[in-house]
Order: sequence, then C-alpha cells, then structure tokens
Amino acid sequence: MNPVTITIDGLAIPAQEGMTILQAAQANGLYIPNLCNHPDLDPAGLCRVCVVKIDDWKIAISCKQPVKEGMVVSTEDPEVQRVRKNTVELLVANHPMTCLTCERDGNCELQRVARYVGLEPTDLNRYRRSVRSLPMDRSNPFFEIDHAKCILCGICVRTCDEIQNINAIDFVKRGVASLIGTMGNKPIAESRCESCGECVVRCPTAALSPRHRVQPMREVKSICSYCGVGCGIRLGVRGDQIVGVQGDRENPVNGGSLCVKGRFGYHFINHPERLQKPLVRKDGELVEAEWDEALDLIAEKFSQHKGEQFAALASARITNEDNYLIQKFTRAVMGTNTIDHCARL
Amino acid sequence: MAGLATALGSGAMTNSIAEISGAKTILAIGTNTTQAHPVLALQVKKAARNGAGLIVANPKKIDLCRHATIHLQHRPGTDVALLMGMIKVIVDEGLADLDYIATRCENFEQFLASLAEFNLDAVAAITGVDQELIAAAARLYGSEQPAATLYCMGITQHSHGTDNVWAIANLGLITGNVGIPHGGVNPLRGQNNVQGSCDMGGLPDVYPGYQKVDNPDAQQKFEAAWGVKLSETPGLTHSEIFDKIHEGTIKSLYLVGENPYLSEANASHAIEAMEKIDFLVVQDIFLTETAQLADVVLPAATFAEKDGTFTNTERRIQRVRAAIAPRGEAKEDWRIVTEIARRMGAPGFDYNTPAEIMAEIAALTPSYGGITYERLEEGGLQWPCPTIDHPGTPILHTERFSTASGKARLMPLSFRESAELPDNEFPLLLTTDRSLFHYHTGSMTRRVEGLEQLVSEEFVKINPADAAHLALVDGEMVQVSSRRGTTTAKTKLTAVCPPGLVSMTFHFAESPTNMLTNAALDPIAKIPETKVCAVRVEKMTA
Amino acid sequence: MNAINTPADLGPMRDYCQAALGRQKVRFLVCAGTGCIAGGSMAVYQELQRLLSERDINVDVELLYEGKESDAGVGTSGCHGFCQMGPLVRVEPTGTFYTRVKAADVPDIITATLDENSEVERLLFKNPDGSRSVTEHDVPFYNRQQRIVLDKCGTINPEDIRDYFAVDGYQALAEILQHLSPMEVIDIVTASGLRGRGGAGFPAGRKWLGCHKAGGSPKYVVCNGDEGDPGAFMDRSVLEGNPLAVIEGMTIAAYSVGARYGYIYVRAEYPLAVVRLQKAIEQAKQYRLLGENIMGVDFDFDLYIFQGAGAFVCGESTALTLSIEGKRGMPRVAPRPRTTEVGLWDKPTLLNNVKTYAFIPDIIRRGADWFKSIGTESSSGTAVFALTGHIANSGLIEVPMGITLREIIYDIGGGIPHGGTFKAVQTGGPSGGCLPASLLDTPIDYDSLDEAGSIMGSGGMVIMDENTCMVDVARYFLQFTEEESCGQCVPCRLGTKQLLEILKDICKGKGRKADLDLLYELSHSVHGGSVCGLGQTAANPVLTTLRYFKDEYEAHIFEKRCPAKVCKDLISFRIDEEKCAGCTLCARACPVSAITGEKKQVHVIDQSICIQCGVCKEKCPTKFSAVECVSPKLVMEVA
Repeated sequence: MNPVTITIDGLAIPAQEGMTILQAAQANGLYIPNLCNHPDLDPAGLCRVCVVKIDDWKIAISCKQPVKEGMVVSTEDPEVQRVRKNTVELLVANHPMTCLTCERDGNCELQRVARYVGLEPTDLNRYRRSVRSLPMDRSNPFFEIDHAKCILCGICVRTCDEIQNINAIDFVKRGVASLIGTMGNKPIAESRCESCGECVVRCPTAALSPRHRVQPMREVKSICSYCGVGCGIRLGVRGDQIVGVQGDRENPVNGGSLCVKGRFGYHFINHPERLQKPLVRKDGELVEAEWDEALDLIAEKFSQHKGEQFAALASARITNEDNYLIQKFTRAVMGTNTIDHCARL
Repeated sequence: MAGLATALGSGAMTNSIAEISGAKTILAIGTNTTQAHPVLALQVKKAARNGAGLIVANPKKIDLCRHATIHLQHRPGTDVALLMGMIKVIVDEGLADLDYIATRCENFEQFLASLAEFNLDAVAAITGVDQELIAAAARLYGSEQPAATLYCMGITQHSHGTDNVWAIANLGLITGNVGIPHGGVNPLRGQNNVQGSCDMGGLPDVYPGYQKVDNPDAQQKFEAAWGVKLSETPGLTHSEIFDKIHEGTIKSLYLVGENPYLSEANASHAIEAMEKIDFLVVQDIFLTETAQLADVVLPAATFAEKDGTFTNTERRIQRVRAAIAPRGEAKEDWRIVTEIARRMGAPGFDYNTPAEIMAEIAALTPSYGGITYERLEEGGLQWPCPTIDHPGTPILHTERFSTASGKARLMPLSFRESAELPDNEFPLLLTTDRSLFHYHTGSMTRRVEGLEQLVSEEFVKINPADAAHLALVDGEMVQVSSRRGTTTAKTKLTAVCPPGLVSMTFHFAESPTNMLTNAALDPIAKIPETKVCAVRVEKMTA
Repeated sequence: MNAINTPADLGPMRDYCQAALGRQKVRFLVCAGTGCIAGGSMAVYQELQRLLSERDINVDVELLYEGKESDAGVGTSGCHGFCQMGPLVRVEPTGTFYTRVKAADVPDIITATLDENSEVERLLFKNPDGSRSVTEHDVPFYNRQQRIVLDKCGTINPEDIRDYFAVDGYQALAEILQHLSPMEVIDIVTASGLRGRGGAGFPAGRKWLGCHKAGGSPKYVVCNGDEGDPGAFMDRSVLEGNPLAVIEGMTIAAYSVGARYGYIYVRAEYPLAVVRLQKAIEQAKQYRLLGENIMGVDFDFDLYIFQGAGAFVCGESTALTLSIEGKRGMPRVAPRPRTTEVGLWDKPTLLNNVKTYAFIPDIIRRGADWFKSIGTESSSGTAVFALTGHIANSGLIEVPMGITLREIIYDIGGGIPHGGTFKAVQTGGPSGGCLPASLLDTPIDYDSLDEAGSIMGSGGMVIMDENTCMVDVARYFLQFTEEESCGQCVPCRLGTKQLLEILKDICKGKGRKADLDLLYELSHSVHGGSVCGLGQTAANPVLTTLRYFKDEYEAHIFEKRCPAKVCKDLISFRIDEEKCAGCTLCARACPVSAITGEKKQVHVIDQSICIQCGVCKEKCPTKFSAVECVSPKLVMEVA
C-alpha cells in the first residue's frame, strides 16, 4: 500500500492507498461524525452523517470514499454542515427523548453526533416529531430490541452477516416502515439467531441492549471457561458479583468475539446452588462440615489407599496449575500413575 | 491425540486459530464447529466467505454445510475409508506433493500399498457418498493450498479413532500441508483446558510435557525435583479405573471437576462403580449428579475466582485471573490439593500462589520452559516455548517433526467397521453431539437461566422418514434404548439427520444419553465409541 | 420455413411473411393493449370472429402460411397509444381507424368493409372542428407524433413472430451478424446519440463501450422494465405491443458487449407483458434467434424473464440487479463500481431501459445519421410520454426530442378539456417537477428539463388544470416517494417522511411560518444526502412547486386558504340564498345529512357536519349554481 497525503480542513495527514477518508481521519485522531460505520465491518454508507466535501466540488461520504494523493477534504463546508445537521435532526426528531433512563446514556453514538453537529432546541422544534411505537421484542432472554431507538444503521445486520454469517436479521418493510427484523418478522427468539450478542455490543444506540444490565465497577481480564478456543474476556465486577462479560478485543484468539455461552453464560458463578462448604457423608447423608473435618478424613482415607488402590480424575476445566498439583499429588504422594481426566469425552 | 503423536510427534493443533481464515481449502471432518466451537467457526466461515473451498465431512447436515463447497455425508464410522479414498484420488491423479513426501515423510511405500483397497467403488459403497463427490473433494484438497483439516470428537470417539486420526494426518502429509501457514492438521479440543490438563500430565502414562513415566530419564528428573521415588508403571485410563473399582482393586477415587455420571460412555457401569467404591471424594463447584454419590464433597472455586492459566486448543497458554473471591468457603483446586498433601505429611506442597506452581512447571516441562506470569501479562504464548526469550510457536513442524527421526510417519490403514452397528433389534444408529447453548454435562450452563430458557431439554433428532415409519410426531416423548440402557427424550424431526441416524447431546440429566452409548475403546487412545451405537426408538408405553 | 439457419435466411423469411399477410384481402386488428382490453376490446374481437365466420367466406384468425387465400383475417395488436379513445380497431390494408368500438358496432364495421367498401362514419375519430379522420395519420393526436418504438405497436400481432418478420424484424441482427464487429455496432450506437430512456439520459454508446471493455465472464444484458411511475405505461405498451423489438435490441446489445445471458425485469403487475414476452422468447428460440448458435453463427445468447415484486425502488439499476439475485432490492451505495463493470452477480452488466433497446433495431437498419437527424443536438431521437391528467387526448405519444411542452399539450393532447385553464405540467414521474404555464415553450430534452427543475424521467407527463392545488400535488408525490423509499438511508427515509408531514400540515392549515424555509432546506439536504437517484430527486416536486407556485404555499400558511379549493380543511361549501330554488337535490345527495331545508325553501349547510365532499355542488343544477366553494373556511356562526 502506497502512502499518500491528503488534507482535511487544511491539515495535511498521512494515509495509505486503499483507506477511506474516514479511516485516514480516524488513524490520525480526527473525528468525523458517523453512525453506521464500524471498524469490524465493511462500510455501508447509510447514515449519511459522515458526509464531507471533496476537492471543493463534490459531496461524498467519507466512510466509503477512498483517499487519493493530494485530495482536499472539508468537513466544515457549509453544504456539508447543512446536510449533516439536517440528517441528524431528522434522526433525533424520530427518536425517543428518554435519554436519562436509557441504557446507553452517555455512551450513545446518536448523542455524540448530535452534540457534535450542535443541535439546538429551536432547530428541533421546526420538525414534526414522530417516534415509532412498535412493541419491544423481549423474546430473547439476554437482550431486548427496541425499534423506537433503532436508527437503521444496519450494523447489526452486517455483523450477523459479515462476522457471524448467520443472517438472522435483515431490513424488512420499506420506507419509514423499515425496520430490522427476522425472517417473517417473527420474534428474534423464533429466528435462527444464535444469541451471540455480537450485534448488541455494536449497536450505537440502545435499540439492542442487554437485559438487566448492571454497570460494572471494574473489569478483570481473563479467559472464557467454556470451550477449547480460549476466548479472551473481560469480567465485569460489581461488589463481589460478576455482572457481565465482554469480549477482549486485544485477544488474538477471538478479537473480541464471543458466543452465547461466553457472553451470557456467567450466571452460574453467582448461582445460589454453588457449594459453599465441604460436605461429608454421615449416616448415608451428605451434611455440611468444616474444612478441617473433611480434609482430615480425606488424608486419613487416602493414606490407607496408596498405590494401586488409589485413582485420581483431574479435569479439563481447571487450570494448568490445579492439574499439575493433582498429578503431582497422585504420583508423588499416592505413589501411582493412575491419573486421568475427561480429555477423551 | 495419541494417534497424531505417533504420526507427527505431537498431538496438538499444528496451526493457530487465526490462520484458519487464510486457508484456501478447509476440510472440517467430525466437527460440528458452529455448535461446539462457535468463535473458531467464525474463522472457517470467514475463509469460505473469502472464497476458500470448504469441505464438510459429516454424517449430518450440520449448520456449517450452509457455507460448504462440498458436503460429504458419509456413514458414521467410515472416516478411514472416506479419507483414504480421497488420498488415493490425490495420489492417482498426481496431486500428491512428492517432494514433501520425500523430504519430510517416511513409510511411503508401505503406505501406498495400503491404498489399494480404497478404490472409489469400494469407498463409495462403504461410505455411501457419491464417487464424483469424493473425487471432487480430493481434487479440491489436493490442488487448492494451503489446505487445513479441522477435526473433533466425531473423529476420535470411535473404536478406531486412532485410525481416523492417522488417516487425517496422512491426507495432510501427502499433500504437503503440514508445517505450513494456514494449513495443518488441527484437532479442536473440546473443553477449555483439555490441552492444558494433558500438557500437565493429567494422563496415566506421562509426566508434564508428555515425558513418559516409563522413561528412566524422565523418572529420575521428576524424582529429583519432587524428592520422592516414583512408579515407572503407567497408570490406568478413565474407563479402566471404573473396571478396577468394580474388581475391588481401587478403593479411593479423587474426582475433580468431572461428572462421569452423565459424561461416561455406558454410564451405568461408572455409576455403579462410584456407588460401590470405598471412598469417593468429589471436588466441584456444584453438587453434581456425581457429587451426590461422594463420601466427601469439597467446594471448589470457579475460574472467575482464581488465578492460573488455561492452554487452549492452539497450544496458547493464557492467564486466568481472579475477579472475585471464592463463594462461601470454597477454595481454589490447587489450594485444596496442597492442604490434603500437607495433612498427609508430604513435602513439596508449600505454594502460596499459582505463579510459584507455574515456575515449577516451567522448570520441569521443556515445552513450557519459557512461561512465566510476567510474560503472560503481555498476552498468551503458544508452546513449545522452551526458553524465557522464545516467542512461542504458532506453527508446529515447520522444519522437522517431533518424532525420533524428525520425519512424519505415513500410516498404512485398512477400514474397520464400528464395534456396534444397527441390526433388527436396534435398527437405528445413534451419534452424539453438542448444543450451542449448553456445555458438557450442563452443570454450569443449565444453571444459567437464559440458556435454559433457550434450550432446556434433550431432543432425539430423527429424520422425518424414520419418524413416519415409527409413527412418531415432532415433539413426542419417546423411549430410546440400546443394549446397555434406556433413556427418554422428545423427538425433533429434522433433515439434519439422514434416515437411519439419530442424534442426541448429553447435556441433560433428565435424559442421560450415555446410558445408551458404547464404551468400546480405541485400543491405543482408549477413547470410547460414543459416536456410534445401535439404538431403538419407541413410543412411550402408557 | 421455421428457423433462421443463416443470416441470409432472413430476407426470404420477410418476403414469405409479407406474402402471407398479403393473402388476406382484409384484416381487422383489434387493439389488445391493457387499456383497450379493460374497455372491452376482447368482446369486439370475439364478435368479429363470430360474425365473420357466419359469412360464406374464408376467414382466418391466425395468419395462413400454407398458401391458401383468405377473404378476411382477424387479429390482435398491441397498444396504439390513444387509450382515451379505446377500444380501437384498425382495418388493413386501408388503415381505417375506428375508435370507441363496442361489440354492437361490429356488424356495421363488417358490412361497411366487406360489402360497401366504405367506413362507419360514427366510429371514426371526430376532430375538434367536427370533421372525421379515416386513418390514424389524419388524427391530430397522431400526426404531430413521430413514432419509432411505438410504430409497430398497433399494426402487428405481438404474439406472432412472423408479423415481426414481415415488418423487417431481425433484419438488423442479421445485418450485424454478417457484416459488423461488436465495436462497429457500438460505434453506430454512439454516433446515433442515443441516450438511455430510463430517465437519466446516460449516453447509450458510452455505456455499451464500458461493458464491452469490462473484464469478467459471463456478462449480462439486463432490460429494465420495472416501470413504476404512477400513470406511466410506456414500457408496458412496448413490451405488450412489440416485444420482439426489445428482444432483438437486447440480442444486438449482447453481441456488442459480449454477453452470454440476458434478463428482462418486468413488473409482475404487467401480466400481459409477461405472457407476450414469454411467447416472443419461445418463438425466437424456435426460430434460432435466441439460444446457442443464433442464426447459425458462433453467437450464444439466452434470455430470461424476471418478474419484479412491485417495489418502485427496484427500477433503480443497482437495486434491480440485486433483486434479480434474489436479494432485497436496495440501491448500492456510491462510490461503487459501475454496473457495466460490477453488476448482476458482480459481473459486467449492461442495463438499459425497454425503449432504449427497442430503438436499436431501427438505428442499425436505418443508420446512426437517420436517428441523429431526429430530435435535438444533445438529445437525439424521439421521446415517449404517457400523457395523463387534465388533457383532452390522454394516451401514449412519441415525439421528436426538442418539441415544446406547448405542442404536446395543445397540438397532440388537444388542450385542457371542458374549457379549463392549464396550470402545470409534471414530467418525470414522482421525482419530476411541476412546471408552470410560463415554461410551456420549454423544449423537451434532457438538459432543458433539468434546467427548469424537472427531469425527463422515464416519460410520465401529468397535465394539471386550474382546479389543482400545487401543495396538494407536492403532498401526493411525497406520499408516493415516502412509501416507496427503500428505507436504507436516513435523508430519504426520514427526509421524505418529514417533508410529507409538513406538507400535510400545510394542507390542513397547520402550516407554520418556518415551514417554507424548512421545506427548502430539507429538500436540498435530501437531494444532497441521499444514496440513490430516487432519494436525490424525491424533493423535486416540493422544490419546483416552491419555485413556481410559492404563492399557493403562502396562501395555505398565512391565509389558511387553498386557492384551488382542494384542501378539505381549508374550504367550505355554502348555498347562496339568492340562487337556491329549494330543489332538495343537494340535501338528498348529502352523505352526512348536513343540508337542511324544506322543498322550495332555501337550503342551508350545517358546517359542523359538512365533510367538504362537494357532492352538493355537483348535484346543484347548473341553472341554479347555488352551491359555491369558498376558501378560507367559513367561520362557524355561533347560534
């Protein structure tokens, strides 16, 4: 890829051939407002918010327009400003004004864009407000769909297509009636959706939002415990509870992608049925016991059954360090190599 | 695993997950990737989207077939015939990489001789796949390279699973696809740390790093390190352990994070053993079906409550970090072991942190020699990583194979049928698979309300034609029986299963599928044949 | 003869077919265009067959090719265009042209033709001066037209390929297969100055050249027959009346660009066009004019029909190709490669309008210079318009480019009926603009219309008289575009919606002072921001009405008055006490019983009940004319 230089609002910036104007701007820390663009996806060019003027004659969308050596880009040309502002005003006039109670408040791309173009109440008052009143789709246990907040950027559709290749959702109907829906416009739970939640994490508004979301106080990097792929995750913690899981975009294995189990299957950690005390069988019943009692009993019994009377089954779910110690214990303390685990199952 | 180790010298994925999307051809055989390894499947789908040829070899019309160039819908248990048939086409049509074979492989002459029985007529008859389709798949694999093979339990869980793995290795070797980027022979490991637990010597015949217990050098090394005398006799495998309990030899079983009650093939044999044994200790996070049989149950910490490492299917060692404290009085598994050992007066268990354990692992395990927690902070490392400055190994066998000779061994094979095939009494073939929404015996996922809301029960997937023959309707509760046991579940009529084949998962205690499965073992890998057994599906008797 | 095995076979084939036609002493051709069929032309056709067969003469329905002479033939033809006057019957070889024919007129037609060698006077077209025209050529509607693509529509049977052969059909293809290289054909198309008849007017030759040069295989030729403009039926008429001209044109195009396959995208709402195309393709295959080794030479071309599902946006070329691929028809977003390079199934694709292809055989046969000599310098050839609205002669017309709006409306269209006054003409369908009387002398060509704020479009032309409210017209078209927006881009999806809501408010008298500026501003942003041509032109009706009829907007907003007295919320009906004779007609007709009054007494409309339907005004006898419509609304009197 050949390096090129373009000028954005008078600032010369380096770029690579093959980049779009928006990519070049972002690579140089410049913000061009946009809504339907996502770095993981092919540009769609639907929101028309990223319009710029090229070489002082042509309005183009920066998310799809490739850079060219010597290209002169204006993001503040009066025509650009007008188209961009009108477009954002149209979206806002069509959007519920429930920001304070919205899951995405403060982290909403529509808010960000509205703030950037400088929406004024007087400008908005000129418009005929209309917010779609479609029932929310709450059929999925992990996330819900609020069509009223959907700006039809299509990021979810492209995620489901380009990344997941599942194609559970697409644009349905036409014109203002357009919405993102499933085959036959059935509830999402009755579609081929695999609940991976990849669309939910990319939704720029709260049209797709996790259910019962609790904001974490801190995040801890770890590895998903569900299959051999070993996806990087960030565990969201609040108090002493795990309240969410995010894909770790820095992890080379998954680059942030997760499946339904990895993203949503963490509730077992806080489950009330978790074993919290040792149990010892007394009179045929398992009853709670102190650690000392349980461990003493084990030490006593194991001491009687060393060598070929002992077997250990380690686990493919616990850590390397756990496994190492179990085999070391079996071999060095119990004097037998009879240790195996469920690798074969 | 054992099979791959014989052929290539190492029993792990030869290549990395991120490379898959760059393959020109992918053969996915015996893996329902989108269900069992959904995030890895993204790479496969990406490759197909970018124009790679995708060959799906699976008795069922799995979801991945939507993206496939060719679907080879072979009869379960006929993988050797299918693969050797493809190899024969590749050799006959001059697509074999003879330079590669000459420089990197051995045993080619004997191998060629064994191909004779796999002419397309015979292979088509055995597998039930159209000859032209097999030939087309062979040509694709043989000509569009790099070609990667992915396989999973559909290959290994057979009484001839090792043969299956050898056949896969043969295909990769004959076309020169092993040891190159985006190619390779790639077993997809099922559970999160299967790779690591094998690496750590959680196996009866090897110390950490696959150092044989009957190798005196290894034995001396570990004796010196641990300060004790060690047995040079390999121990017993999983299913042998239950046999020895029945025989009364084994009196104590220490069972950590496993649920054989549901996962063991021919489960009733294992359940009876655990009921019978003198002393059973189960260490787990929930009171599983297995734990309920225990004499002592120890509460363990989940992955979110402890520090440590997991090693994923591509040999990448990654850090697991404690995010919260263990629930109640639960403890980390490693800590519990140290406490038992100390109570038994054993020296060498005075660890304060998992990092100290890793230091010992690194010292004793050549392939983990360069692993430290400090380095893992920067991101995972793929073994072999022998020294502190080694960057890790994304691709195995690029220069030489890890066999004694440095060459890969082409394995002559002949086709063997599965141990138990359908007959008049048990006319359907049962194979097992996984649901995307549940994990293994369900001890974790079935306690996640949302997952349970999406899928909460077992289904016997059955072809509508078979269902019609048995007068069964969709969603009807049926009884499924084999020579070993009986279970019940609802039917799901689906063309995913061809006529004659039924399929079940084993996530649901209410419908314990492993009551049915056959524990016939592969003689080398000792893996039971959970992918093929004969069953009968019947209406419930009132 | 039943196949063209070499290009040289075509001459004898034409002679043979012409001879067959000549064997019929008389031929009755009944118009089977959709308009005339709706008017009952098939009953006329059956009656002709019945009555002729009762006579002691040789009659045939199908052309006789077996050498037998016949006294009379009955056939169907495609649309003549003069739908206003249908059902139409044409008698050959005299060319006698009967209008508004009913089955009951058939005996007279037969008698006059066969027995008296005369015409049925009452069925001939009556000119404004009272005289009668015997043939089409004498009818003013026709004699100012110059028909090329429509020329054969009313004269041949579109369901018989031999009729097409008889009028030089496939001579052009034979000519190029024998003598011209693909590049030479493209050079002719380029030299002819033909511009795409789909609306945008892109030079056809340049498009063909682009596709010819594009790498990739196979290539496709696609015909856009997704005619969706309200009131437009040009493409339908061509496809129904002369499908083989389109097919021959596409075949020539395929030869020129190197395409192996073709698709004709037709609306499923055009069942007759679909049937006729199917028959035409079938017959062309039989005669070796489609398929492998066409006319025996090394040239293969297969043609398929794809029926659209009725989305207006699928007329946009990139949406159309996606629709053929089975995907949701949404325009591809620019910047994108040209369809000629990356089109259907991502292969090079030549996509032209029905009429563009239909011109091709004539251009090849008669030469580029001939075509170039018609029309203007920048817009050569003819344009086809569907003339509708408040016009005396509605129907389909074909005129040379450069003709003025005035000539079309007054000379061909016969002016505004019922002594009305012209107010505006809307060209180019819903995305076009409304032009006022002051622009009547605008010549019809791509560039002049563009300059005036409208577009050529694919050829809709709606004439409006003084009883038309221009705000309401803008509202009507915006309603259309809002419903037909594909919905993918924000300016079109929400911009048309917002414009529509504002227009609706203005029509209701709820307009605000700021609305005029907002309409203007939004229209420009929708134009500048939308993805495709449909969105970019969606605001044209608003912009042109704002430009030429701003006073009407102001009357609505500031005076709450609809000058044309159309907007129901701004008008009232009242009965003039002086004029009302108490005939009770209005009271009896009122659907909501808003009118009270005793017989012979003055009637009164209760404004609180009245729904402004206007029935009272219609019913009031002209001699009284007591009901009048007023705007702004009457202030309700408090009792």
